[in-house]
Amino acid sequence: MRGRPWALLLLAAVLAAAAAAADIPEADRRSGYELMSPELRAMQDDELSNPGMFSVLDGERLWQEPGGAAGTACAGCHGDAEESMRGVAARYPAFDAALGRPIDLAGRISQCRTERQEAEPLPRESEALLALSAFVAHQSRGLPIDPPDDPRLQPFRARGAELYQTPIGQLDLACASCHDDNWGRRLGGSTIPQAHPTGYPLYRLEWQALGSLQRRLRNCMIGVRATPFDFGAPELIELELHLMARAAGMAMETPAIRP
Amino acid sequence: MRTLINVPKTANKGEIVEIRAMIAHPMETGYRTGENGVPIPRRIIHRFTCSFAGREIFAADLFPAMSANPFLAFTTIATQSGSFTFTWTDEDGTTQSAAAEITVT
Amino acid sequence: MPSEPTPRLAYDRPPLDEVIRAFTNGMAVRTGKVTLDLSPLVENGNAVPVKVTVESPMTEADHVRRIALFNERNPQPDIAVFHLFPGAGRAEVATRMRLATSQKVAAVAEMADGGFWMAEASVVVTLAACIEDLI
Repeated sequence: MRGRPWALLLLAAVLAAAAAAADIPEADRRSGYELMSPELRAMQDDELSNPGMFSVLDGERLWQEPGGAAGTACAGCHGDAEESMRGVAARYPAFDAALGRPIDLAGRISQCRTERQEAEPLPRESEALLALSAFVAHQSRGLPIDPPDDPRLQPFRARGAELYQTPIGQLDLACASCHDDNWGRRLGGSTIPQAHPTGYPLYRLEWQALGSLQRRLRNCMIGVRATPFDFGAPELIELELHLMARAAGMAMETPAIRP
Repeated sequence: MRTLINVPKTANKGEIVEIRAMIAHPMETGYRTGENGVPIPRRIIHRFTCSFAGREIFAADLFPAMSANPFLAFTTIATQSGSFTFTWTDEDGTTQSAAAEITVT
Repeated sequence: MPSEPTPRLAYDRPPLDEVIRAFTNGMAVRTGKVTLDLSPLVENGNAVPVKVTVESPMTEADHVRRIALFNERNPQPDIAVFHLFPGAGRAEVATRMRLATSQKVAAVAEMADGGFWMAEASVVVTLAACIEDLI
């Protein structure tokens, strides 16, 4: 599939005159859920007809499965995910003291796998890592996003906020150019959402599959004709820190449906 | 088994119940290309059936214009307690199945 | 001697009315009894929810045998053919389909008496600007 550069160029021209990005007032914050048709909302709400639930169920199975040289399962340490993982995804990314930088949920799962289970790492965007991420994040469904008030995260969150405002790519657009300044308006046939990461990993009809926030962020970067950061890059985690802070208090939807 | 089946656990005799069945499957059309333009081979479930107590109560012939993870919802009258069986058959002949129980009072 | 037929290209599909005629074996199709429940505007054509309902008591004597769903402008016209039986309670089926572009969709029901009824609906599939470009 090819993009539609004409639409983006047109938008870039419109935005050239636009004022500097302003934050969205809390009362105006909207999940992408609210922009969807009633049919797609129903698809998300009913867990027995939400195709994202297949990954959640796979993740549930993997959670119980002993693996690696250590022969332990996630459940071996963390027990019942319904209790131990409740609200966890709503607080990620978190600061990892050993690494000296923030780590996202998928990164933490992968780290657990190599260090505790002594197993092969799960590649970013692999079905297994998406499934475990979706299963863990599903335990926070309906809970408010609750970014940790950890001062060690602050410089990274600030860098994410800066990247969010920085025009990138041949189209010279920042995240904020679309998602703060022009949300609710149309780009091509679709409504521009506010870019809240409430439902990841989510099932995108366009992908016909479940995918991560990083996949979506990379799509956006490719869309504005920028070189995307690699999966797992620190910049993507910094951006996620900012997006989660921006969406603080909004309800988690994993696995969300989006067009 | 990656299927999601929604059958009410209980029903009154004579009640119309809705059955929903979904299976994880790409329903690959054969028209798409993957990375580096390599064609993705066609892979299609072409037949779905639902039986109750060994008798077929619903079936469907499916084509590439069905969405990935094909979803079907239909109805039946609850007559007695028993088991629904669901089968999905690929064009390559492989079949997957699932079952769900209902208690009718 | 007749010449070899030229192979049809993938997009060289038969028109919708021809497809319906093939399904009914040339029998007349009346409009009515069938309700095609379909949003007139969809955000993505990869999974378009659709529900078909046919007026029928679904008894041994009077029931819907088959319901076919066809499209007008996909590379192939068939979406699904549902087989129904007496005792279904209602002649009602819901599914999700793929629509390659804005087009008409038709639902054709074959009744136990051999008659055919149908409904059509038009759908606009919006084209998104921000779609994934694999690199």
